[in-house]
Amino acid sequence: MPGDARPKKKTIRMIPQARTPAHEQDPRERACNFGEVNQGYLIEDAQLEAERCLMCPEQPCVAGCPVGVAIPDFIQRITARDYRGAYDVITSTNLLPAVCGRVCPQESQCEGSCTVGDTLEPVAIGRLERWVGDLAIRERWSNVPYIQPSGFKVGIVGSGPAGMACAADMAKAGCEVVVFEAFHEPGGVLKYGIPDFRLPNTVVDAEITKLEALGIRFECNTLVGRLFTIEQMVEEMGFHAVFVGTGAGYPSFMGIPGESLNGVLSANELLTRCNLMHAREFPDYDTPLQPGRRVVVIGAGNTAMDALRVSLRLGAESVRCLYRRSRAEAPARAEEIHHAEEEGIEFHWLASPVELLDDGKRNVRAVRCIRMTLGEPDTSGRRRPVPEAGSEFEIEADMVVYAIGTNANPIIGQTSKLKLDQRGYIATDATLATSIPGVFAGGDIVTGAATVIEAMGAGRRAARAMKAFLGLRDTDHVYCDAAAEPGSRMFGIDRAERGFARIRMPR
Amino acid sequence: MDQARVAGYEVVTRQDFSDVTFLLEVRHPLLARAARPGQFVIVMASEHGERIPLTIADYDRTRGTVTLVIQAVGKTTREMQRDCRVGTRLVALVGPMGVPSHIGQARKVLCVGGGLGVAPVYPQARGYKESGAYVIGILGFRNRDLMFWEDKFRATCDELIVCTDDGSAGIKGLVTAGIRLAMSQHRDIDECVAIGPPVMMKGCAEATRGSSIRTIVSLNPVMVDGTGMCGGCRVKVGDTVKFACVDGPDFDGHLVDFDDLMFRLQRYRATELAATERFNESCRMRSLTAQPVIAE
Repeated sequence: MPGDARPKKKTIRMIPQARTPAHEQDPRERACNFGEVNQGYLIEDAQLEAERCLMCPEQPCVAGCPVGVAIPDFIQRITARDYRGAYDVITSTNLLPAVCGRVCPQESQCEGSCTVGDTLEPVAIGRLERWVGDLAIRERWSNVPYIQPSGFKVGIVGSGPAGMACAADMAKAGCEVVVFEAFHEPGGVLKYGIPDFRLPNTVVDAEITKLEALGIRFECNTLVGRLFTIEQMVEEMGFHAVFVGTGAGYPSFMGIPGESLNGVLSANELLTRCNLMHAREFPDYDTPLQPGRRVVVIGAGNTAMDALRVSLRLGAESVRCLYRRSRAEAPARAEEIHHAEEEGIEFHWLASPVELLDDGKRNVRAVRCIRMTLGEPDTSGRRRPVPEAGSEFEIEADMVVYAIGTNANPIIGQTSKLKLDQRGYIATDATLATSIPGVFAGGDIVTGAATVIEAMGAGRRAARAMKAFLGLRDTDHVYCDAAAEPGSRMFGIDRAERGFARIRMPR
Repeated sequence: MDQARVAGYEVVTRQDFSDVTFLLEVRHPLLARAARPGQFVIVMASEHGERIPLTIADYDRTRGTVTLVIQAVGKTTREMQRDCRVGTRLVALVGPMGVPSHIGQARKVLCVGGGLGVAPVYPQARGYKESGAYVIGILGFRNRDLMFWEDKFRATCDELIVCTDDGSAGIKGLVTAGIRLAMSQHRDIDECVAIGPPVMMKGCAEATRGSSIRTIVSLNPVMVDGTGMCGGCRVKVGDTVKFACVDGPDFDGHLVDFDDLMFRLQRYRATELAATERFNESCRMRSLTAQPVIAE
């Protein structure tokens, strides 16, 4: 047989040893603009990096991906220069490669479990995924399969990552899908939260256009719960199933003195004004934002990193991060902290605010902080910060941004009978079904603040349960090999495929 | 982009009450059906506009419209005064937001509106009337020329007290004078709903403090999304911090920290003034360069 019929097994010594760097804007330059920091790969970079995949049989990366993208498969197609094929492989599980390639925490997911990573730096899966996604946007590729209408109507509440993922799966299953969004533009946190230098809103819009091509309708300016309730959607508006993916979004404050001073705001407010409302383009856009000269951001998660770097780009002279634990415990991605440091953000680890001080005119003047030391691990497994007596100090600030997490948004709880858990998030079972039959929920409104890809994973899991509820064939199961497992099928239908029929009792 | 997303919400009626106050009736049948007294909407007048919260002044379920009363004070509202004509469309209109007012078992109620607050207190007065309460309306204006909706209130309320700062209509004095008058004539008032500028609501809360009158105020602080997400609208109520958009906008007037509210309303003052200044300048330039086309 010719040698190329069976690909030679690659070994770690055969592949390019160093990870191909992405093109990045110079830190000093990018600190003054909202252009993308990471400019991504050129075609030759993608080719080179694709070579680094060992095509190992274990495929730990696939297991590490919350949505299970067939990673070696798409990388193999890049190597074969079948870029459209690579796009098709990714989009069969993940509809938003240009988004996920940018914002997923790959180091703790696919890249974190990459076999190459045991010896060398792992394959840059995220950068490759993004490259394919960007190419698809440039080439206007979209995968619109022939969809047999199922006759079911599905309502999605919230147009963020969870809602988008669920909408896409249900549209592909032949359902008429309507996504409701309270803001005037769809996209949720991808639009209002993540800044343009990390994920340009044009990329989000391009991905949304692809969802529209699947027949999904986006209805903006619609506050579900108040304009109509979840119960009304199911009982009066003809939705056979509903997915609630409204996000957590109710910012936390600490309850220390001075939080109502002017100049103190949540990261959500800062980011929404700047990103969605274009306050940085004032006066061309009307939304105001008083830029800070000396900014302090409290917290060290990804939202905090975004708030820090946005403040810098809005022209602040100094931008400082306060975090009560040490760098090792910071929840932000290592890459984000590294980028922020490169740009000149000052990090004050092991420091926590105790009071915000006034300038006499109700504006914030400074933050009084206390030094912390790390004690025993707490319930989260991270070492508990303990205040050090007598270690108080002040940091000057005319703007203080809170990025310490969010609580459950109360609107759905106020307006429906959906069962909530003790913290106010929506209670679901393992399939993400809620206490109301036909209503599913996922993303931050179920788990509390998490990541974009986890929300997308939840949206897809809910879609699977929704298909089972509606009695739609679950394509994840029906195409499994009938011969492989005798008895796995009954009348030609996979046993794993469950079917429910909605029975409406006369009142 | 989707057609519905750019189509917007049509203005079907406009009425000017004075050179600063005007009414817009906007078509949105679903919103008209869902709206309850005490709720508000967020409006974006143009593509590059800001999102501004406005309390719902009225809703008509048969016409499928909601009514907003607006005071042209800043750049956005002055631009709306200039541009929002019958047949034009608002880019965004979302709501109803906030927890509806609790219209309970009160038997005798004061509905107090100051200036622009006269409009949003109307659905409350009507709500109380429909629930069978004896409703005393108290309306405050600077002078007779700024008055509006006196007829609507007369038709709804059992008693109406109009107060003007200069005495050009009704009694001379602030709405607090009206409250004291009503309290002296009625010993059995259960509730007082006060809507208007923060300083007026503060005065109303002081006027009823110490009595057994439950006093409700409707707060309208600076906010962006109106869904609890930005936290810009946080207000101090007693010992707790609440978000006016999802926990309110109605709160116990005797517990609200009005001074804090008034300072927080100044948050974006400098930028807002700059925007208004620029707008005034552009209007001046426009009037200098514009040629009269049609003489009416």
